[in-house]
Amino acid sequence: MSVRRLAPKEVQPASFAFTEENLAFAKQQIAKYPTGRQASAVIAILWRAQEQNEGWVSEAAIRVIADMLDMPYIRVLEVATFYTMFQLAPVGKKAHVQVCGTTPCRLRGAEDLIHVCESRIHHDPFHLSKDGNFSWEEVECLGACVNAPMVLIGKDTYEDLTTETFGKVLDGFASGNPPKPGPQNGRQFSAPVGGPTTLKETS
Amino acid sequence: MTKLIIDGKEIDVPAEYTLLQACEAAGAEIPRFCYHERLSIAGNCRMCLVEVKGGPKPVASCAWGVRDCRPGPKGEPPEISTRSPMVKKAREGVMEFLLINHPLDCPICDQGGECDLQDQAMGYGVDTSRFAENKRAVEDKYLGALVKTSMNRCIQCTRCVRFSAEVAGAPEMGATGRGEDMEITTYLEHALTSELQGNLVDICPVGALTSKPYAFAARPWELGKTQSIDVMDGVGSAIRVDTRGREVMRILPRINEAVNEEWISDKTRHVVDGLRTQRLDRPYIRAAGKLRAASWPEAFAAIAAKAARTDGKRIGAIAGDLAGVEEMFALKDLLAKFGSANLAVQGGDAFDPALGRGSYIFNPTLAGVEQADALLIIGANPRKEAAVFNARIRKRWRTGGFKVGVIGAKADLTYDYDHLGAGTETLSDLAAGKHSFMNVLKNAKNPIILVGAGAATRHDGAAILAAAAKLALDIGAVKDGWNGFGVLHETASRVGALDIGFSASGGGLNAAQMTTFGTLDLLFLLGADEINAPDGTFVVYIGTHGDRGAHRADVILPAAAYTEKSAIYVNTEGRVQMTGRAAFPPGEAREDWAIIRALSEALGKKLSYDSLSALRQAVFKAVPHLIRLDQIEAGSADQIKKLAGKGGSPEKAPFKPLVDDFYLTNPIARASAVMAECSRLASGHMLTAAE
Repeated sequence: MSVRRLAPKEVQPASFAFTEENLAFAKQQIAKYPTGRQASAVIAILWRAQEQNEGWVSEAAIRVIADMLDMPYIRVLEVATFYTMFQLAPVGKKAHVQVCGTTPCRLRGAEDLIHVCESRIHHDPFHLSKDGNFSWEEVECLGACVNAPMVLIGKDTYEDLTTETFGKVLDGFASGNPPKPGPQNGRQFSAPVGGPTTLKETS
Repeated sequence: MTKLIIDGKEIDVPAEYTLLQACEAAGAEIPRFCYHERLSIAGNCRMCLVEVKGGPKPVASCAWGVRDCRPGPKGEPPEISTRSPMVKKAREGVMEFLLINHPLDCPICDQGGECDLQDQAMGYGVDTSRFAENKRAVEDKYLGALVKTSMNRCIQCTRCVRFSAEVAGAPEMGATGRGEDMEITTYLEHALTSELQGNLVDICPVGALTSKPYAFAARPWELGKTQSIDVMDGVGSAIRVDTRGREVMRILPRINEAVNEEWISDKTRHVVDGLRTQRLDRPYIRAAGKLRAASWPEAFAAIAAKAARTDGKRIGAIAGDLAGVEEMFALKDLLAKFGSANLAVQGGDAFDPALGRGSYIFNPTLAGVEQADALLIIGANPRKEAAVFNARIRKRWRTGGFKVGVIGAKADLTYDYDHLGAGTETLSDLAAGKHSFMNVLKNAKNPIILVGAGAATRHDGAAILAAAAKLALDIGAVKDGWNGFGVLHETASRVGALDIGFSASGGGLNAAQMTTFGTLDLLFLLGADEINAPDGTFVVYIGTHGDRGAHRADVILPAAAYTEKSAIYVNTEGRVQMTGRAAFPPGEAREDWAIIRALSEALGKKLSYDSLSALRQAVFKAVPHLIRLDQIEAGSADQIKKLAGKGGSPEKAPFKPLVDDFYLTNPIARASAVMAECSRLASGHMLTAAE
């Protein structure tokens, strides 16, 4: 992990406003907590703001949320910079690829996936590809070690990847038809590769 | 009470104590960085580790309550060790971790010599580090004109974050990122807006936050230290004046639980450069419309020539905001010898010392606000008029069960309040019971009615005071064991002046009358810069700075500032305090009382005291309670009844803020470049806030 700062002024939008649907969601989150404790809703609302704002949290959004929750701006900034799940700079429009780089994935070839990202998206993490559609980063364990190596794109995981299948996943996102999430080698969830090996008889 | 055995010694401490407090009560020294008595507990520096017998690992004593300790197997009291090998090893380990990323730049660090980390590394650390990798580098942050940052040195104790959120009430600092990349900053590096931000420098245990104006100016061990009293506002904070040679280098707070706890305002701390610039260092005489330098005998001769042609009744004196008791007393004596009682202190016209002390001091006392459960602020902005006291009101408010109402201009006071109205009509409505806040006041056990000097300096100030006193009596704020009527003065001189009767109540003219054209021929200004002397009056200005008073003066007599004389000041609660002399006045300037004494001889009306102690004897004889330093001669309920009995009908007009610019309220502050910069930043902040 590196120092997390807000994106430079040039890329920051001047203002941010929740859509009506998201505003209703925010109000519902705030209502979960007793009066005076509305600040507890900050993470949920920041996440929704990130989803609305093409996958990243802008400075204007931080101010809007702080005002909404009656928090000092710095308190919301603290939360946004603490959790790596909040992106502070623009990410790829079509996909932001989070490659798991923790030991089990590493042993099963995560490094090759990172090389794919470096060559196909950008040499460095957190940078947009030339067309602005992709970006990538290496993250810690995402809890799918049985299906290592894997990546997380948006809310979906793509598992049991090889450089070829990962390339196809990226192609799918580029063309607008993402493949089906889950194992990319035909395996059913985390069941054994090649079909069941036990409990085959059901008599 | 809970029994504990600390280092083999049995001790009984209250159950709500933390282990750290208990260890201190037992006489053990516990090193710490993040823990501070006046802030919430963070428990993140891990330096205060102690061993609790039976536990598998050391515990952070600052965050461990004594009621959480388990007794021994046979019911023996819990045993704590602060000197065991486990504790020693733990402290050494923590210290090694802290020093991994702390630069070894003590020789160029302003904190060097008074650094907690330096001291504790010597006391509890080891002599070497096993860390061979590169140290972390952190960008320095901009925090405004007073706090300089050197963020490589930060050990992330978060004391500054907690101070600004809890004590200062301006939650602007925070810690962004996490782990090794955690950084202390303000939101997008905006300048701090608190008027207590200077305390961040004191509270930082390392050299990460240091004083910007004092940067690289001096080392602590080469400074002479003098205990003194601040005169920038009516609080009278306890300060320590650090001097090198003749020069005041910096001002730091001293702990005085009854007055300022351990905080001082930025004006108190950073007015230092104002003591060096714009100083009057020789007498001046106005000749042909222009001031020219003169000698003391020449200046005295010019005054004597004027005085000889003047009727005693047409001589007057106005004392400024920074005047000490002794010089006002001497000046009063001098005027009495001319048969004049035309005496006034700036902003003091509404007060009548003949009614007794209770009518003009802050009777509940500054510390007493912590016992209060309701507060009505009339025509005051405590944040600007007494910043340190405002922090104490906030402290009381944070503990809950405390209602605040404000009549006057709306302002950010750092705590929530009910804004009842803007002017005197709200006060009369309230007194008539037409306002719901009246019930709050009536039902409160210890209510306080705080009248600001802003309300009292109006020309109908006396009527407002009387109305407020009546309200205080009506709601039962004045009773046995509690006196809830208080006047918050924003200047250091006023209560002292009223105590010695330096006011028009002796039958003379008040300040408003004296500054009216044609009433006076000779006017002495004892550092009074906030009044307009009328044309045609011969003005003698005894003061320190080339400010408004000096520009108008016909004769200027250069005097000593508060760091250059020992003088008595009485703060707004009536506490008698004495400043200490830390330096000498510049050039030919002299101490004020000595100037008045010498002048009296030149005028042929010699005053009887030849030394400061003789003068003090005379003061104490006339006003005995002034001899009791650091104590308060309490006001009585009768005095407030007398004040209430004065009656009068206040004019219907909103209260105006008394202090427009917190940083530029007196001649010393106006001469200070640092205060000017702060004022500029503050006004810029106001502009953006208004947009």
